[in-house]
Amino acid sequence: MSAPRPAAAPAADVPGALTLEGVSKRYAGNADPSVDDLSLSIAPGELVALVGASGSGKTTTLRIAAGYEAPDRGRVLTADERGSRDITHEPPQRRGFGMVFQHYALFPHMRVEENVAFGLEARGVGKAERLARARESLAGVGLGDKAARPVQALSGGEQQRVALARALVIAPRVLLLDEPLSNLDPTLRQTMRDELRLTLRRSGVTALFVTHDQEDAFAVADRVAMLSRGRLLQVGSPEALYHTPATREVAEFVGRAVMLPAEQRGDRVAITVEGVTLEAPARQPDGVARGPVSAVLRPESLVLALNLSAPAWRGEVLGRRFAGGHTVYRVRLANGAEVEVTGDGYGAAEGARTGVQLSGVPVAVVPA
Amino acid sequence: MRDEQDGAREERDLRLLTASSALIPPPSRGIRRAPNTGLAVVSLGLLALLLWSVVYPNASIVIGSFAGGLGAWREFAASPADLDALRGTVIVAIGSVVAALLLGVPLAFLLTRTEFRGRRLLGGVATLPAALPPLVGVLAFLFLYGESGVVTRIVQRMLGLHEPPWSLQGLTAVIFVHAYTMYVYVFLFVSAGLERYDTTLDEAALGLGASRGLLLRRVTLPLLMPAIAGAMLLVFMSALGSFSAPYVFGGGARVLATQILVSKLNGSIGLAYVETTVLAVTAVVALLLLRRMEGRRPTAMAGKGRATRAGARSGAARTLLPMLAAALVILLVLPHLMVVLVSFARDGAWTTQLLPPEYTLDNYRKLATERALWRPITNSIGMSAIATVANAIVCFAIAYVVVLSKAPGRRLVALVAALPWAIPATAIALGLAATFDRTAPLQLRVLLVGTFWILPLAYFIRNIPLVTSAIEGSLRQMDPTLEDAARGLGASRWLALRRVILPAARPGLVAGTMLAAVAAVGEFVASVVLYTHANRPISVEILAQVRSLSFGTAAAYSVLLILLVLAITVGARWAGDSRPARVPAG
Repeated sequence: MSAPRPAAAPAADVPGALTLEGVSKRYAGNADPSVDDLSLSIAPGELVALVGASGSGKTTTLRIAAGYEAPDRGRVLTADERGSRDITHEPPQRRGFGMVFQHYALFPHMRVEENVAFGLEARGVGKAERLARARESLAGVGLGDKAARPVQALSGGEQQRVALARALVIAPRVLLLDEPLSNLDPTLRQTMRDELRLTLRRSGVTALFVTHDQEDAFAVADRVAMLSRGRLLQVGSPEALYHTPATREVAEFVGRAVMLPAEQRGDRVAITVEGVTLEAPARQPDGVARGPVSAVLRPESLVLALNLSAPAWRGEVLGRRFAGGHTVYRVRLANGAEVEVTGDGYGAAEGARTGVQLSGVPVAVVPA
Repeated sequence: MRDEQDGAREERDLRLLTASSALIPPPSRGIRRAPNTGLAVVSLGLLALLLWSVVYPNASIVIGSFAGGLGAWREFAASPADLDALRGTVIVAIGSVVAALLLGVPLAFLLTRTEFRGRRLLGGVATLPAALPPLVGVLAFLFLYGESGVVTRIVQRMLGLHEPPWSLQGLTAVIFVHAYTMYVYVFLFVSAGLERYDTTLDEAALGLGASRGLLLRRVTLPLLMPAIAGAMLLVFMSALGSFSAPYVFGGGARVLATQILVSKLNGSIGLAYVETTVLAVTAVVALLLLRRMEGRRPTAMAGKGRATRAGARSGAARTLLPMLAAALVILLVLPHLMVVLVSFARDGAWTTQLLPPEYTLDNYRKLATERALWRPITNSIGMSAIATVANAIVCFAIAYVVVLSKAPGRRLVALVAALPWAIPATAIALGLAATFDRTAPLQLRVLLVGTFWILPLAYFIRNIPLVTSAIEGSLRQMDPTLEDAARGLGASRWLALRRVILPAARPGLVAGTMLAAVAAVGEFVASVVLYTHANRPISVEILAQVRSLSFGTAAAYSVLLILLVLAITVGARWAGDSRPARVPAG
């Protein structure tokens, strides 16, 4: 891949700014690989989130991309104006990537601006210029007035922004972020999500970031790659992952969902509980696979039965949670399954018997 | 050379056991008890005891140096020998620091950051030099590298020389010996620093494009600076007060610590006082300077350290590292082996051969059967036991008052309790000799010189900072509201002390008294100044046997000392494990 590509490559063939090709990694002493034959390509300027539960291999993948780990198999490629090249065995200091660490890894003995200027120092930029550029970068994340502070004097959110400024000031080809929001308290996290996406968009950087929180992923990323036990389950837009999950695991990880055995009938899906069969339009009219399927029931797929003449599943209200515009009821159906149901808040009290019907929103189907 | 060793060991553990600086009372933390008459009496009692045993003797020295006006000081300034000794002291101290850094820092990096064959073995023996009791190391070096030492003779024969290839004499020899014994402190400190080191900082620096050199210069070393400075302080202080290496190997070279004894034996007491004052003041100034260096850097390292050891990168390193490790292991173990070997050698039979030609159990048999030879063993055990018990009781009281009470005078108690740390052992000993040489109740003087009690007192004083800071370290980890909780449940002060405070203090109490016992049982520096024939400890007897060229007997004593130290360590481990104290962190 070292040969330069033709300058006028067709748009469809734009090489990924970062490409992982069949990457595998197994740590000594572990029976299973941490990363298993993973392939992922990130287009220039794209923001991709790597989500998965802890131990799914997402941090290992990121560390392979950064060069802190070498894969047992597979290749890591990067592309820039000079073309695409194999960097699988290039050390991190030569890759020209930026990295934001989970605990930020700010140098505790340096002031804020020295931290940000460090990457420029490594590139031989003179002191006056690198400090000026560091301050500029800090101003870009709203910390222009904190440049001379010791890093320990900053709050968690501020430290996160310093880490971001430090990674961005070297104009990295690719920015890698390891759980950049996980150390922030929930309220701050909401704002920082939007701010992070804004900053990344504005800088035009290509970014891969790792998170275990699907809300982080949805708020920041253009595309989400879902990882489980080292394997990539699905890659797509947040909407695609939510509405058309490829597997039960994706459906369960992304948003709230209960899976019930179902039967695909053309472009509709039929679910039977204790002899009562209800139908809804299927998200995937062509079906997902041969063999048995499950319907992915999200709170908005179900309503408390208002139309008593229509067939409904019987159940008991276990609890209710007011969620702003609506109320979510937790209902145990007659077959023992617990589902979440959207209602208006006046429907039923805890412990009351109720009926549950499909709302008519299209329902996704996954292999059972 | 190992005189400083016990001092140094206490200093090392002091630094390891508590991060707080020894001379500066740490800021108060948590909830303190309201002033209480009983506690106030205890606090003031402790203060009086410390002022009497620590401050008074040292003040006597300083005052004594001016007894003849400025006469003794003029004599000091005009004496070429004394200025030479001052110069020698500073050279030895700085040289030892440099040598210890050169050995200790690379070894710490090698063992914590790299994986190679022989790493575990090397790691296991790397701290061995610190486990050699005082004077025993000197003896081992004499057997190995002295004029008729084994290594010296091997090299001489291989090169076919008529003269020994080197002589273990002068300041260089002293620094050589110090490098072997004191690099351990650098190694331990830097290793501990590297264990705590958050390696994502290195990754961050590399990710930002830093070269290995820039990473080391701008990130790793600055962050290890507190550990390095702490170790430098320790080595510097130990080398400054070092007594036996210059005493045995110094040859014509002089240092203050030995010059003090020379002046005292010559009857120039005034001059000895001046020399002691100069040495103590140098030590305290160095302490304050290095402490500033140590404290200036932020030590906080957030995040999880990921201690991964990388395999050697290049093929050359992969073959050379195990060889280097093997060579180091041999160098480190050799002194111990040599002492054991010589302890079985027949005295007088070893003349020009490479190794002792005849082996016997006589040396050990003599120790067990001859009263005069057995006496030092019971002396050392008895005196160190008395000193250690006193340390345990008094230092627990000090730690309790300093950490958990609001008693008046507690800050001063903390300060004075840390003081012996900064004062070379020779100075402490001379202070005791100057103060307790007669009974004068109005001057608070008791005749102790020449009695059994002077040495236990000296051991006790030397070990106050060590034991106190160990217990303080444990008490600081205790949730201070626990005592209140116990009292709130209706427990008496005594019950709370017994059931809550003591269990919390236990780890530090066990560790501190263990180290104190180890230091006391082999103590040499203060002993050699203060001993009488009747109460001579093992270390002094070893020196006497070396003087009379009974190397086998000296080595047998040394082996016995090593075994005593081992027994104390094992005993403490057993005492520490038998009932694990679980203390929730505050």
